[in-house]
Amino acid sequence: MATAQATPARPATAGGRRGPLAALRDRPAAAKLLLLALVAAVVVPVVHGRWGGGIWPEALTADLSAPLGEVTDWIVSNRDSHPLFLYFFGHISNAVVLSVRGVYLVLLALGWAGVTVFAAAVAWRVAGVRLALTAGVSFLLCGLLGMWVPTMQTLALMVVAVLASVVLGLLLGLAAGLSDRVFRILRPVLDTMQVLPAFAYLLPVVLVFGIGVPGAVLATVVYAAPPMARLTALGLRGADGGVMEAVTSLGATGRQRLLSARLPLARKELLLGLNQTIMMALSMAVIASVIGAGGLGDRVYQALSSVDVGAALAAGIPIVLLAVVLDRTTEAAGRRIGAEPTGPALLRGWRGWSLAAAATAAVAGAGRAADGQVWPDDLTVAIAGPVNTAKDWMVDHLYTGVPVVGGTADLASHFTSGVLNPLRSGLTALPWWSVLLIVAALAWTIGTWRTAATAVLAMAAIGVLGVWEPSMDTLSQVLAAVAVTLVIGFGVAVGAARSERLERLLRPILDVFQTMPQFVYLIPVVALFGVGRAPAAAAAVVYALPAVIRITTQGLRGVDPAAMECARSLGATPGQQLRQVQIPLARPSLLLAVNQAVVLVLAVVIIGGLVGSGALGYEVVLGLAQGDLATGLVAGAAIVCLGLMLDRVTQPTTRRQRQES
Amino acid sequence: MNRSRTRLITALSSAAALLATAGCGAADMTKQASPFAAPAGVRTVTLSVQSWVGAQANVAVAEQLLKEELGYRVDLVQTDEVPAWDALSQGRVDAILEDWGHPDQEKLYIDEKKTIVRGGDLGVTGHIGWYVPKYWADKNPDVTDWKNLDKYADELKTAESGGKGQLMDGSPSYVTNDVALVKNLDLDYKVVFAGSEAAQITQIQQFAKEKKPFLSYWYQPQWLFNEVPMVEVELPEYTDECAAKDPADIDCAYPTTPLQKFLNADFAERGGDASAFLKKFHWSEKDQNEVSEMIASQKLTPQEAAKRWIERHPDVWKTWLPEG
Repeated sequence: MATAQATPARPATAGGRRGPLAALRDRPAAAKLLLLALVAAVVVPVVHGRWGGGIWPEALTADLSAPLGEVTDWIVSNRDSHPLFLYFFGHISNAVVLSVRGVYLVLLALGWAGVTVFAAAVAWRVAGVRLALTAGVSFLLCGLLGMWVPTMQTLALMVVAVLASVVLGLLLGLAAGLSDRVFRILRPVLDTMQVLPAFAYLLPVVLVFGIGVPGAVLATVVYAAPPMARLTALGLRGADGGVMEAVTSLGATGRQRLLSARLPLARKELLLGLNQTIMMALSMAVIASVIGAGGLGDRVYQALSSVDVGAALAAGIPIVLLAVVLDRTTEAAGRRIGAEPTGPALLRGWRGWSLAAAATAAVAGAGRAADGQVWPDDLTVAIAGPVNTAKDWMVDHLYTGVPVVGGTADLASHFTSGVLNPLRSGLTALPWWSVLLIVAALAWTIGTWRTAATAVLAMAAIGVLGVWEPSMDTLSQVLAAVAVTLVIGFGVAVGAARSERLERLLRPILDVFQTMPQFVYLIPVVALFGVGRAPAAAAAVVYALPAVIRITTQGLRGVDPAAMECARSLGATPGQQLRQVQIPLARPSLLLAVNQAVVLVLAVVIIGGLVGSGALGYEVVLGLAQGDLATGLVAGAAIVCLGLMLDRVTQPTTRRQRQES
Repeated sequence: MNRSRTRLITALSSAAALLATAGCGAADMTKQASPFAAPAGVRTVTLSVQSWVGAQANVAVAEQLLKEELGYRVDLVQTDEVPAWDALSQGRVDAILEDWGHPDQEKLYIDEKKTIVRGGDLGVTGHIGWYVPKYWADKNPDVTDWKNLDKYADELKTAESGGKGQLMDGSPSYVTNDVALVKNLDLDYKVVFAGSEAAQITQIQQFAKEKKPFLSYWYQPQWLFNEVPMVEVELPEYTDECAAKDPADIDCAYPTTPLQKFLNADFAERGGDASAFLKKFHWSEKDQNEVSEMIASQKLTPQEAAKRWIERHPDVWKTWLPEG
């Protein structure tokens, strides 16, 4: 793995010595490993003699529970009186409540007909007739499922959170796009924000803002702003040099250059940023229901507590629909940028927009007159009953006693005792310094010394925080689930890359699994696999699979057709083509798939704390439930470090190449 | 370049000035309703819903009566227990209808900060304990004494319990001393947290379907008893001295708690009919279970279940309404 990663051999420098050193220079990965081994040979005996092996030594931990406990107490006793809260957080909180309320009231005033027509009209203007139809039908379905009001609540929350994320992201992105120094400082910050599992954010905001919408919106903004900032910076920095030169030579001022050239040139990236921000905000809006955000997420969460999969699904489907509509519309809008306008002149430009506005106003007015603001109760379809029946049937027939393979319960118990337990005991039995060394070796051979340093420091921070053991437990779950995800994902992807039909068939299924809130999976997996780490791993696999399948299929498909043709003409069998041409050429995509699998699996394994996966996820839940900042925040920080480490260790080489070029 | 910088500075400073003038007034963090509350002029009550079904039953019935009989709009906020106390003190929610005892919070918010007041008994008595399924206890009567539990540890082993017997606990937000109990009573068991009540119930139902033995933290009143009959395991007797010990040293059974209601202090004083009604809200375990079971087993919505109970028992709820 490591050596194959090495850059192609460079010609030896003129007059260079031939010998082992030159050979090493040609294989930087081997050189790095050798250097690391040398350092280890010197340092390890000292470290081992001083602190011993096994789990992280007590002497190197810092107990944060006392100071964090004090912080909690201080916040609780000063929240109603201290100027920091009265003049700063209080106003933020009020502003959020007011804006969400404003949007919500507008949505309610438009009525279901008005909102549906408005959504369809906007989709039509920016993305065409097909998406207008999709949007209209989706909103009607939300109403049919009896979820109109929660959908509007989620939508109101989303509108405010996305607007705030976009503004914040634009500002950060502008700064990073225009100044190299800001760009350098900001990049690791954004990197970090993106690998953080959302679950870890919730506790600090709850403490300051209390439960409810303000905290939820702010947590969402923190989670959703980075992609906007990153893509804005990317777009601004990527502006065509020739165009900028021309604009400057015309005597444009800095602001004119920005407004008339740079930003318009970056439109595609800006829209992609918006798209990403919306998707992340939507996934967070559900998780934020744990802290009382209301809306659809709350319905899913409440259904969970009465073990009602059907009701959870009824609230989950509108979330999927919202995600599909918003994703497709912004994506299509991005594709249409720069394309020639089509259709009759009457429907173009501002005329089209005013027509859309007029249609919305007319329908909303008609709705008001007919007293049809809230979706009629008798016009709903109850899907909860049939879904629960289906689930019960599945559980009855799959839980035990399936011939040959055994039931899902046996499967789970074999997975736990055969894979998870040995993996966990193996990881905890490894001397702590050897874990650091392994992390360093992995991160360094695949990245730069910086990535290695970040990964090792993150891992060391976990030890210092005093949560080494639960972190190793979580790590073992992540590794096991990632392995399963990759095996299944690569298998399916190879098939999908071969057959267009299979890919088309898979697409809607992948869409649903990717956008369905993770909470919806949790109860079915418990019903199938019992309580413990196995169901959490199963949920994680389901959640991470779509991304892996997508990226891998695309990578395999993208292999240069000439190379494939060449292999075929040489008489390679399909298996040989795959092994010797496609996989090596698609390597960057495969690595990206591994990276995504790791990050996504970690996010769900953490939420698995709700179904008995224990370890760090459980501690975050415990912290949230008991208002115990010390436990929750330390576990949250450890999750962040774990995520950072895993990301760095699996970071594909693109970054290094970018730096080198 | 220079001109644009001065302009930028002017813009920034005027923005700062604007913020400063706008931000002059203090914002009261204790007065914040949900943005989804009804428009002004409508009387609104916000109730906290906890994750167990009994709490949902209380809230659903109160919600229905507040709406239909007293003309209030009712907002529900789903939270865990400790954050709910925090929200109650801030006025984000007006009432908690079922509390299982949180001495630390009572001291802080009722005695010291005086932001929360007691709302009286709910009428339901709660009891936490360790339970085994009846079908198993019938075959092994001595399992109901904690002293004999070690004998059965082997039968209760699972993949998660690491060679020991499994004692299943539920949500981390529930009141529990089980880890301390297992240690102090020197039992050959490991506490496995299901992480949420939903997961725990699902697992118990699975065990029951196969008539497998299990040992679980559980509580009464609970609708699941109707579906899976369970017998309590006797732990060392509860005493006040034992309860006063440090949580890590506790070695006796859980108390029997008359469940309490709590109201936001401000709401209790100025809440009018709603607060008077919530103070009088008082029903029996039988009533609560009737609603709970409709929600959990028959899969009715809480609103529907509450409506049915209200139709059947006007004699009970009529007494909660304020006179006149």
